[in-house]
Amino acid sequence: MSDNMKMRAQLKGGLVEVKVLMSHPMETGRKKDDFGQLIPAHFVQLVTATLNGKTVLEAQWGTGIAKNPYLTFRLKGAKVGDIVSVTWLDNVGETATQDIAVTAV
Amino acid sequence: MQRRNFLKLILGATTALLLEPLNALAALWSKPAFETTKIKEATKLLGIHDEISSTDIQIIAPDRAENGAVVQVEIKSNLANTDAIYILVEKNPTPLIAHFEFSVDTEPSLVTRIKMAETSDIKVVVKAGAQFFTRSKNVIVLENGCG
Repeated sequence: MSDNMKMRAQLKGGLVEVKVLMSHPMETGRKKDDFGQLIPAHFVQLVTATLNGKTVLEAQWGTGIAKNPYLTFRLKGAKVGDIVSVTWLDNVGETATQDIAVTAV
Repeated sequence: MQRRNFLKLILGATTALLLEPLNALAALWSKPAFETTKIKEATKLLGIHDEISSTDIQIIAPDRAENGAVVQVEIKSNLANTDAIYILVEKNPTPLIAHFEFSVDTEPSLVTRIKMAETSDIKVVVKAGAQFFTRSKNVIVLENGCG
């Protein structure tokens, strides 16, 4: 599922900056298609980030996060080679996980 | 007619059974707070109360957004013991956008991109210990971003 998420984790001035770009339509359920039919809601609801297996960030999202969600967060006390993992779960039960090792700038 | 009702019942029950494991996972998600159309109702459902206005919350967002479909927002809390950050957009059809929970190893800051239906305040709430703090920033939206 690596196509679903692009990630980068870089050590910058003592903090590890993690950037995540997910591939997801984030449909609100209020938009109509070309035939006037409502497009069903399809959006990421839960996001979890771990550092070496330990949870560091948990998020709940509604339909107000923009299409192809983007997220930056920063970790204290992480070092080069540590593994950052991000998982999302959407309202129809689809899920994706991506791991990345921390690199120096 | 009776037979049709019976079939409907069977169909309904089967669907409910199939959906059950999914609902168990989704139970973590604050459905009522995310689905309400009123910002006050959303904060109430999240247990947010007596928010104190604070300049220790930084919101970096454009003053004017060309397209409400993608509005980049950066939020930083300088408040000690920040556990959670909530993002709400007052005039969106469903005002609650996101709820982030931070561990002690995570800086209470984030960057994300949100949708804005029209010109509105972005309201950020920070939970620090047992207290709630808030700050808002107005963004003028030139083109509707919700559909």
